[in-house]
Amino acid sequence: MKNKSKRTHEPLFHISKRTDVSLKTGIIIRIVAIILALIVCGIVTKIFTGDNPISIYKTIFDGAFGKGRTLVTIHEIAILLCVSLAVTPAFRMKFWNIGAEGQVLIGCLSTAMCMFYLGGKIPDGLLMLIMAIFAIVSGIIWGIIPAFFKAQWGTNETLFTLMMNYVAIQLIEYFLKIADKSGSNVVGPDLLTHGWFPTLFGTNYLLNILIVAVLTVVLYIYLKYSKHGYEISVVGESENTARYIGINVKKVIIRTMALSGAICGLAGLLLVGGASHSIDSNLADGRGFTAIMVSWLAKFNPFTMILTTLLIVFLERGADEVSSKFGLNSDFAQILTGIILFFIIGCEFFINYKINFNHKKRAQVKEEK
Amino acid sequence: MNALELKNVTKKFGKVVANKNVNLTVKSGEILAVLGENGSGKTTLMNMIAGIYYPDEGEIFVNGNPVTIASPKDAFDLHIGMIHQHFKLVDIFTATENIVLGIKDKKRFNLKDAEKKVIEISSKYGFEIDPKKKIYEMSVSEKQTVEIVKVLYRGADILILDEPTAVLTPQETEKLFKVLKKMRDDGKSIIIITHKMHEVLSVSDRVTILRRGEYIDTVATAETNEAELTEMMVGKRVSLNIDRSEPKNPVDRLVVNHLNLKNSENVKILDDVSFTAKSGEILGIAGIAGSGQKELLESIAGLHTSAQGEITYIDPQNKEINLMEKTPVQIRELGVRLSFVPEDRLGMGLVGNMDIIDNMMLRSYKKGKSMFLDRQPPKKLAKSIIDELEVVTPSATTPVRRLSGGNVQKVLVGREIASSPTVLMAAYPVRGLDINSSYTIYNLLNEQKENGVAVIFVGEDLDVLLELCDRILVISSGTVSGIVDGRTATKEGVGLLMTKVKGAKENEE
Repeated sequence: MKNKSKRTHEPLFHISKRTDVSLKTGIIIRIVAIILALIVCGIVTKIFTGDNPISIYKTIFDGAFGKGRTLVTIHEIAILLCVSLAVTPAFRMKFWNIGAEGQVLIGCLSTAMCMFYLGGKIPDGLLMLIMAIFAIVSGIIWGIIPAFFKAQWGTNETLFTLMMNYVAIQLIEYFLKIADKSGSNVVGPDLLTHGWFPTLFGTNYLLNILIVAVLTVVLYIYLKYSKHGYEISVVGESENTARYIGINVKKVIIRTMALSGAICGLAGLLLVGGASHSIDSNLADGRGFTAIMVSWLAKFNPFTMILTTLLIVFLERGADEVSSKFGLNSDFAQILTGIILFFIIGCEFFINYKINFNHKKRAQVKEEK
Repeated sequence: MNALELKNVTKKFGKVVANKNVNLTVKSGEILAVLGENGSGKTTLMNMIAGIYYPDEGEIFVNGNPVTIASPKDAFDLHIGMIHQHFKLVDIFTATENIVLGIKDKKRFNLKDAEKKVIEISSKYGFEIDPKKKIYEMSVSEKQTVEIVKVLYRGADILILDEPTAVLTPQETEKLFKVLKKMRDDGKSIIIITHKMHEVLSVSDRVTILRRGEYIDTVATAETNEAELTEMMVGKRVSLNIDRSEPKNPVDRLVVNHLNLKNSENVKILDDVSFTAKSGEILGIAGIAGSGQKELLESIAGLHTSAQGEITYIDPQNKEINLMEKTPVQIRELGVRLSFVPEDRLGMGLVGNMDIIDNMMLRSYKKGKSMFLDRQPPKKLAKSIIDELEVVTPSATTPVRRLSGGNVQKVLVGREIASSPTVLMAAYPVRGLDINSSYTIYNLLNEQKENGVAVIFVGEDLDVLLELCDRILVISSGTVSGIVDGRTATKEGVGLLMTKVKGAKENEE
């Protein structure tokens, strides 16, 4: 009969969830993943370019922390960290906000518009205050719209926030057309002449970095020690529990997304007012999406996020350097980044799940035969 | 020859034995009912036949040949099809598309032919089905029809239906049974899981009874009756020796009048429920799981705003407070000390990923004007609960989901009792607990009763209900089928009330 052969096809292994992962196991698995990633990168490099992998790794490091680059890298970390902090409260609530890009851009746009229309007409100090208010309020509006629809009618927040990104981009394009009649796709420092953040101790970007550092601590405290943070955790973990103890889930969703949007708006302010002094529709540079990964990898902990941001920025800047120094196509650097991220994210599976091989049972089946 | 035969099948999940040495046979052209209380292992057993679980021990024979069923595909190859309680359909596809989904045959796919075949099958057995209708436009019973046609389309000769009538109206049930009988006459073997006695009697040829994972017996339906089946299903009365004191000057504390509730599909979950809970006594609620017990307690706790009727709380000063259309927060603000131990401990009563201290705060975190949490009182509370109830945990900062079931429950009950309630509602508080933990919980409930609390206890073990409760309210399909005295009631009497269909009421106290 056709069923006879079936005796043998009991599954080879099965996957079970780990209930309890010690910190040590977690760290070991992650270190192994990074080592494996570097080995694979080395092999790939050797095969496709013939270059020495060690020198490539050295170049990656120089790209991020070589001479004169450290400050730029740290600023880059600060901005990405700011956006990552922004998405975190929503993520802890299991509200998948992938609209940080748009929320940052709308903050950029508000800042630039204040600089463009009010610059020179009012004192710089007052201008900066107005810039901050407009950036943050516009971020809040961009965050609250999808939250309201989700809370009221249960719409899908992922699609909604994603679409809002494109609205923000188009609004910037529209502003560019009005502000710069020459048809350029950037409105640069020559037009946005006022409202530049002051340099502290003669160092550019230092104010931005300090603001984000303070924000990190504040958000950590907010999430961990405030009643709001507690409500966010309960709603995220189990909406039924929230209902059971009488938390107003709708209110928490809207309030938390307002916070998310506000921090995104702030990131937009820092980008335009504190760094580029220019605006174009690509200014957020995908940070709104990278931030999702940063936040996830850090398990939504603001302090751990400093490390994950460092890792991502380090890889990105290093990869850029590799492609320019070795004359490789920039895609190659991205392949390396991709391999490393694949291993780092992939190892999470082994941290959460265990693979059990069915040695014993298979042996038994054989004996029976 | 038997179409399907199970010999000494055993399945364990960790330490829990879901099925122990179960035997079962189905012949061709026969409807077999599998009868048992909740948790008696019916669904686990069927899942092993359908290839979802793999048995630890025992053998399965199809048409007399030993077989290994390691996956649902194996089951299909053996012409076994299962209709699950929760439908597995793609909402935006049509009936036919769902039916043919995943079929691999050599022929070129042709939707027209498939539709023709669907109509053929439907008219043969008397289904009413529109092959072009999308799933999201269908009623629950239509969806079920699609599921049944799906397995027939694949040539199933052995059909397993897991509680198919749970989601149907009486008229739809009638229709389904007609179809099942037609299929039987066509030579198919049908296994139907149920715990509704009258359905067993009206549709099946033979009945296999399971109790607590063990095989009890198989009897011919024509040669048995409701009382006999009930006894086999619930078992003989065992003495548990739970202390039961006389209620001390009971007064009305919670009055529920004509409570009605419909679910999102407009099916009545609670149908004109009325009762009174008194201080200093334990009111038991007995019934087959899913008869509305959970919704009844949730309505009282303020979780179902759509409930209609009257819920009145009478405080110790004899002041009446209306609890209808109040949220849990409003109820608390009115000074009603109502505690609720829900059935779903980690999904509702507690937050699994939070530690014991943070879980202690769930009810009280809002106290005070500060925007920050005060973790000192919950820390103290956690410590005292861990000490007093002997909660086994590495520390107070361990996430509760890492604790064993009994310890999770101690944490939850401990917190609910800590707010010194006047009404304490507990749904299945000993489910999944070992004997010692169960007794800890019974003692806690008894203590509360002696302190003058009105305790409402939803249980599934009739022996316990009869030993613990002063009065027992029996609920059947959302209606109160009787309220009996816990001291004089018999297990058989309560068992009969549990399975009684709508109709005559014996609202005696």
